[in-house]
Amino acid sequence: MKKKMNLNKSTKSTLITIGMVVVTYIVMMILTQAGALSSLMKGLLVPLCIYAIIAVALNLTVGILGELSLGHAGFMCVGAFSSAFFSICFKETMAAGPRFFLAIVIGALISALFGLLIGIPVLRLQGDYLAIVTLAFGEIIKNIINVLYVGRDANGFHFSTKDFMSLNMEADGKILINGAQGITGTPHDSNFTVGAILLVVTLLIVLNLINSRSGRAIMAIRDNRIAAESVGINITKYKLLAFSISAGLAGLAGVLYAHNLSILQAQPKNFGYNMSIMILVYVVLGGIGNIRGSVIASVILVLLPELMRELNDYRMLIYSIVLIGIMLFNWAPKAKLFREKYSLKRLLKKDN
Amino acid sequence: MSSFFSYLINGISLGSIYAIIALGYTMVYGIAKMLNFAHGDVIMVGSYMTFLMASSLGLPPAVAVLVAVVVCTVLGITIEKIAYKPLRKAPSLAVLITAIGVSYFLQNAALLIFGANTKMFKSVISLPAIQLADGSINISGETQVTIVACVIIMIALTTFIKKTKAGQAMLAVSEDKGAAELMGVNVNGTISLTFAIGSALAAVAGVLLCSAYPTLTPYTGSMPGIKAFVAAVFGGIGSIPGAFLGGILLGVIENMSKAYISSQLSDAIVFSVLIIVLLVKPTGILGKKIKEKV
Amino acid sequence: MKKFISVLLAAAMTATMLVGCSAKEAEAPATDSAASTEAAEVEGAAFKIGGCGPTTGGAAVYGLAVQRGAQIAVDEINAAGGINGYQIAYNFADDEHDAEKAVNAYNTLKDWGMQLFMGTVTSGPCVAVVENTNADNMYQITPSGSAVDCIKYPNAFRVCFSDPGQGGKSAQYIGENGIASKVAVIYDSSDVYSTGIYQSFAADAANFGVEIVAAEAFTADNKTDFTIQLQKAKDAGAELVFLPIYYSEAALILSQANSMGFAPMFFGCDGLDGILSVEDFDTTLAEGVMLLTPFAADADDEATKNFVAAYDAAYGETPIQFAADAYDAIYIIKAALEKAGATPEMSASEINDVMKAAMLEITVDGLTGAGMTWTEDGEVNKEPKAVKIVDGAYTAM
Repeated sequence: MKKKMNLNKSTKSTLITIGMVVVTYIVMMILTQAGALSSLMKGLLVPLCIYAIIAVALNLTVGILGELSLGHAGFMCVGAFSSAFFSICFKETMAAGPRFFLAIVIGALISALFGLLIGIPVLRLQGDYLAIVTLAFGEIIKNIINVLYVGRDANGFHFSTKDFMSLNMEADGKILINGAQGITGTPHDSNFTVGAILLVVTLLIVLNLINSRSGRAIMAIRDNRIAAESVGINITKYKLLAFSISAGLAGLAGVLYAHNLSILQAQPKNFGYNMSIMILVYVVLGGIGNIRGSVIASVILVLLPELMRELNDYRMLIYSIVLIGIMLFNWAPKAKLFREKYSLKRLLKKDN
Repeated sequence: MSSFFSYLINGISLGSIYAIIALGYTMVYGIAKMLNFAHGDVIMVGSYMTFLMASSLGLPPAVAVLVAVVVCTVLGITIEKIAYKPLRKAPSLAVLITAIGVSYFLQNAALLIFGANTKMFKSVISLPAIQLADGSINISGETQVTIVACVIIMIALTTFIKKTKAGQAMLAVSEDKGAAELMGVNVNGTISLTFAIGSALAAVAGVLLCSAYPTLTPYTGSMPGIKAFVAAVFGGIGSIPGAFLGGILLGVIENMSKAYISSQLSDAIVFSVLIIVLLVKPTGILGKKIKEKV
Repeated sequence: MKKFISVLLAAAMTATMLVGCSAKEAEAPATDSAASTEAAEVEGAAFKIGGCGPTTGGAAVYGLAVQRGAQIAVDEINAAGGINGYQIAYNFADDEHDAEKAVNAYNTLKDWGMQLFMGTVTSGPCVAVVENTNADNMYQITPSGSAVDCIKYPNAFRVCFSDPGQGGKSAQYIGENGIASKVAVIYDSSDVYSTGIYQSFAADAANFGVEIVAAEAFTADNKTDFTIQLQKAKDAGAELVFLPIYYSEAALILSQANSMGFAPMFFGCDGLDGILSVEDFDTTLAEGVMLLTPFAADADDEATKNFVAAYDAAYGETPIQFAADAYDAIYIIKAALEKAGATPEMSASEINDVMKAAMLEITVDGLTGAGMTWTEDGEVNKEPKAVKIVDGAYTAM
């Protein structure tokens, strides 16, 4: 009997994390049904899922693989644009359900593919060089999408990187991606249920990966690359595996983002390196390598500024101070001493 | 042909600014092994200081620049003491994120203090423009001063590191911190000195940047900062001639791709060149090969 | 454990700091919107008008102008007895010029009980929010969202011209008045407003005998150095440079053109309005710049004079066109509400139903145009005015 109850520690942790999301989902649904939820909160439910997913995705790269990526907003951008493009192409010809399902699959797969393609050359680099190259890729993706014009008329698709006029479309032609003006008219398919399901799927993928043989190999590379190599772990394979899964999940967040708003533009604010850094903040605040922490931190940090809108001016200032404070608290020698002296564990032990 | 030379000279001028900023990145990286992401924002602070002194208080340009240099030097040392020094032994990711935090802090503090409105920066340089080839090539005073300043700074810095005791101490610390300490080098002092020099250079770069492109917002420093960082990596981070070379090359590549390929894709081209260089030479053009210890 | 503590600490720190700030905020003099809201709520039933636009970030200039311009109209109307005898309660939310934040801002206003929506200021967010207003059947009028899709639903109207309208009108004006035949365009390819005007300008230019000799773009990440674009315009022999951009970049272009000794004519749209009030800008550089704008702050009609004086008294600066658009938007709402005979007891959806009909019947004389009328697609009918900068002031052409 006792043996049965004694679940594997990691399984238990996974269940707690998933349970947390499910309980939150149920509570929110009950509140929505009862009409007790404000419009603001209702509007924020999907963004919360988006940022939680992308934070978990980045944590896979930063915390588990141990490589700093400053380009995850770029993968989100790829997922958003590829899926939105698919959706507007088939807006009239497909039912919403299967179309959105396919959009999710396409968005995630294409950004995973990008992750793989970028990862092959880039993951040979290390540390800060890798970080700057991912940042460069994120910026390149954004820059290229901003000059991309795609239209469709009776003769098929037309592409241009110059402007709308050089598409040379027939009179009945319809512009699909209009450069910096992006994609407009994406169907509003995202909702909280889909968001919550995707978040659970993301968590399952990442947590299972961590607790699998591959996950242990990835973490071994993180902790000591040379030692891992010497025991026969295929470094490139596992690095690429983690990186492209992470990119695919970031794309998943992008799909949700694209189908939550009727306009999709690649601007510095939503898909630039600033966004990548913002996601990194969620990961760091939640604890590097702590998947549950990423979800909690992203929820807190997305909610707080919205709930206190009149303080908007101070929001980023507060972010920055918290960020510095956390890093000092975690790593400064004096803070370390302080924590050891007053740690909860020690205090509890004394009582015993 | 004349427009080609105009593009080239403008590119060198832009590259000189990148080079001066990149020197700050590279020195700090060489000695503290950290990426000081806040460097670009120190530039912005320097520009605002010059703007305040020259436009609002009406001080002569030379005094305004001096004040900006002093303020930035103090700021650089303070940031190092408060945010980076306690993290000397922490993993590099922790320090990088702290640096990002400092960068955000400076941007948003400036946003609250100076407001979001664009300020027009009055050039502190009053040299007349040089006309070449019957006026078809025009080299503005700002361009002349920027290029000359960059060369002077480059030479002065190299001499400083080669000939002075403090410079030698910097080299020693960047080579091996522990050994340098055993040899009686004041490691903390040397690191502070590095930050001070880097920040003073940032102030100079800020003044030159805003004289050439006279708008000033709280985000003025971030894009040139990122570009200069790219330049530093491009030339081989940690190497002073590398930063110089990387900066100039980056400026020229950026301007040339704007002129002859596409004005919209210039950033993508610059970043692509960086990636290609890093894939061929993973430590940049003049970077040292890092030996891996087991 | 450590990580858990840091999460906890993060939450605690953020919370304390926010509380600290909110306390500070409360002590400070009440902000514009808060003051009017409280004032109106005391007097019972009132029309709740919500506004939305960027008041922080890079586009804050436009959002603040709209917030303040509308505030002046609201104060005037309330002092004069309100609409149909009811006061106006006015609230403004920040969207940071971001589509996602704009939806959040709109939802915040809905929670406040908004019945009529005046927003959003910028095009991108407006396209996103119009989906929500349409779904909620909420009346929407945008003072300055100029993209075509901003008002694609029957509940949405606008005060300003659409982007295609502006581009086409500019080409027409340049061609018909014989101002120039060789034109270069410098535009911001990462901005909806700018590309929208450029595209329609390019499409119409040939019809009016205007040749585009160079079309050069820049992006939001790259808007400090325009020497290349100017050099290309110069090499192409442009007599006139068309600048469908906002004034802060235009100010840079003017000064860089000056320092490289390139002196063509410059022609812009309503985004250039405001160039004369850039801090420390040498206004002699803007001498002779022409722009097509529906509003000039130094026009000498009574309404404009009063508005400029009131704005200057309240905020210490000269209003730009966005402020005038917002001022007109509030008066347009007033005219339509009076026409429809609406009362604050009606729900937002009921108000929208009567407003949709009333908007087609009203004629409004505003700061940005005389005899403005609306068509069913939400577009306004009014004539643009061309102004030229002479001796540091806008002069009608």
